Amino acid sequence: MSSFGSLGDPAATFVLLGARVIDPSAEADAVRDVAVVDGLLADPATAPSDAPRLDGRGLVAGPGLCDLHVHLREPGMERAETVESGARAAAHGGFTTICAMPNTDPPLDEPARVAMVLDRARNRACRVRVIAAATRGREGELITEIGELAGMGIAGVSDDGSVVASARVARGLLAYLAPLGLPLIEHAEDPALAKGSVMRAGETATRLGLAGWPASAELSIVERDIALAAETGGWVHFTHISTAGGLDAIRRAKARGIHVTCDVTPHHLALTDAWVAGWRGFAWDEPTGIGADPFGAALDAALAYDPACRVNPPLAPREDALALLAGVSDGTIDAIATDHAPHPRERKGVEFGAAAPGMVGLETALSIGLAAVRAGTVELGRLLSALASRPGELIGERRALEAGSLADLVIFDPAARWTVAADGLASASSNTPLLGMELPGVVRMTVAGGRITYRDGLDSTA
Amino acid sequence: MLDVANGHTTRYRPAAGGVVISWPDHDAPAATGWPHRHLLDVDQLSRDELEACLDLAVEMRERRLRRETLDLLSGEVVGLAFCEPSTRTRVSFELAAEALGAQVVELPIDVSSVTKGESLVDTLRTLERTGVTTVILRHSMSGAPYLAARSVPVRIVNAGDGSHAHPTQALLDALTLRDALGSLDGRKIAIVGDIGHSRVARSNLHALTALGASVWLAGPPAWVHGFEAWPGVTVADRLGDALADADAVMTLRIQLEREAGGGVPSLREYTARWGLDADRLAVAQTGAPVLHPGPTNEGVEITADLAASERSLIGTQVVNGVAMRMAVLALLAQ
Repeated sequence: MSSFGSLGDPAATFVLLGARVIDPSAEADAVRDVAVVDGLLADPATAPSDAPRLDGRGLVAGPGLCDLHVHLREPGMERAETVESGARAAAHGGFTTICAMPNTDPPLDEPARVAMVLDRARNRACRVRVIAAATRGREGELITEIGELAGMGIAGVSDDGSVVASARVARGLLAYLAPLGLPLIEHAEDPALAKGSVMRAGETATRLGLAGWPASAELSIVERDIALAAETGGWVHFTHISTAGGLDAIRRAKARGIHVTCDVTPHHLALTDAWVAGWRGFAWDEPTGIGADPFGAALDAALAYDPACRVNPPLAPREDALALLAGVSDGTIDAIATDHAPHPRERKGVEFGAAAPGMVGLETALSIGLAAVRAGTVELGRLLSALASRPGELIGERRALEAGSLADLVIFDPAARWTVAADGLASASSNTPLLGMELPGVVRMTVAGGRITYRDGLDSTA
Repeated sequence: MLDVANGHTTRYRPAAGGVVISWPDHDAPAATGWPHRHLLDVDQLSRDELEACLDLAVEMRERRLRRETLDLLSGEVVGLAFCEPSTRTRVSFELAAEALGAQVVELPIDVSSVTKGESLVDTLRTLERTGVTTVILRHSMSGAPYLAARSVPVRIVNAGDGSHAHPTQALLDALTLRDALGSLDGRKIAIVGDIGHSRVARSNLHALTALGASVWLAGPPAWVHGFEAWPGVTVADRLGDALADADAVMTLRIQLEREAGGGVPSLREYTARWGLDADRLAVAQTGAPVLHPGPTNEGVEITADLAASERSLIGTQVVNGVAMRMAVLALLAQ
């Protein structure tokens, strides 16, 4: 039996016994008890004797997950997702904070609209932060009233869905943001190179007769913005990096001390462009059939051109996915962010090239990460750092598991498996090619701000 | 394989494909042993099945020449769903379906709304409920027939999807080449032009390599790049390399409007560097035939003289088109 709570609930008190407790911010990883008393982390020895004791054996407890990139469709497309349904999806996936992108209809490009979303976000199943539009109408010309928006607690500004196409405007934004300590969150995609494309260029795109954008579409913007950040002292955060070349440029910029950060999506780590041709295996699996040889194998009519695999940036060739996994391991990639992009059926049940780009990700991100851990590709502590501690730091939230701090936890069973199904998702949408797949990792409890926001079993042992 | 002596009571038994076609004057079903419900691309066909298609098309061609009445598709309703302008392919399918006794309906599709991706599935569902059993689908977007095959319980024949596939064109090209060359095994076939945007080229790469030919591609770099890893395919740097000792040459219609930001600077320069004429063909095998899926831009990708010469099989391709589509419809209609 699973149930949802909210940040408006009474503060929680319980003791979790014998879980593997991982706190990447302290590089701690040990089997121990965790106590939450009146919403605060506490020394288990001091917990009240009547506090419920929960059996944590076999479970992992870590900092609550933090997603820097989520599309809630409120206002404008509420049947795809609302703030409320998106927050529940987040809690189900182990997230305690999500950052909502501003490409709603109308976009979140002025203080009143940001205030409306923040108002809707109160007492939901997770904290909802807002990323404001970088330019008015997301048109790439006039920058928004960032000073006032900063006072409202925005997590950054972005014209996500589009790049800030004008280098002049991007430079102005970085300069204006620098003293405010907020990032320009860039969707790095050169519009001219990407024009007309529906996937990444490469053998699979050639095989399928689909127009693809070359990796240089990302790299050219990454290099441009690194130069602008170096000149202005501004902070650029590249979201959903999907090319090995873009990642390398970021790695070099970090080494030079330029204020650059980045995130990657779970689907760019685990899925490859071969999924568009119908291959269904993870990037770390040895490819076979159409996954190994795009030209030599017949298309599977049931799986080829699945609009659920249409996403922007597009799924990348396997070499890129493997480079991105390495980037998580070596810390070049600060965060794993879902780019959770809900769409209603009528925008997905169409030809691949006509489908709205994007897939939902809040409820599968941890499981995808755990699949990578099981495959030996990423270490569990690194995964939790990228899903929780480090993105939290980037938006000014501390998630250290220290006595006296507000409890912000995810407790999950890394060995349990579940099958992704539309009716098992709390999101109002189910556009993901993972439907029907069995994945490792079941969230047993999410604790946000000292409140239990999601619980699946994990009943009192006494 | 074919017992011509018995005239109308012949049975067709290509050993290779395992397919049995019984003609209407027999009691047996029209075709058995064909494992495919749809024809989405030739990549789904084994070499034996490809040969069976070609063999059956030969049979269809002969029977059509004898003006026999063939009602292998009586009771079937074939819908022509052309969501993109087409004349020759549509007419060819229409004649093929009618020649086999099917009722043919042309679906009133608003090309502008379908190309926006709004209503393909909905349109096809409506048709299926009105009794259409086979849909011949032409669509501007790659992969649309796969969506159709997944979504609607009718047989789908891909009559060209985006830049992806045009399987009946590739089959009729293979038949035309096999008739001209005897066999495709070990043959060198050159394809010249905009391979990247060409569904005809992609389906031909599958069909010709499966039948044992090696295929050489030539054209402006942006139009041939990306095919290097296709087994059995060589991307030539120079047109002459592709044409040298070629057993046959296929050239494609040039559509310059597709390449505003790359490709070639002008039709004039394309013709100067990649246009086919008798002089350039001199390095090919003596008398090597020339194919073109039509409609041709005479004077651009091929000279009018060459297109009208004895080496040109362009007219034969059209004739084979109807026979090949008859064969495909007969095989799918079990």
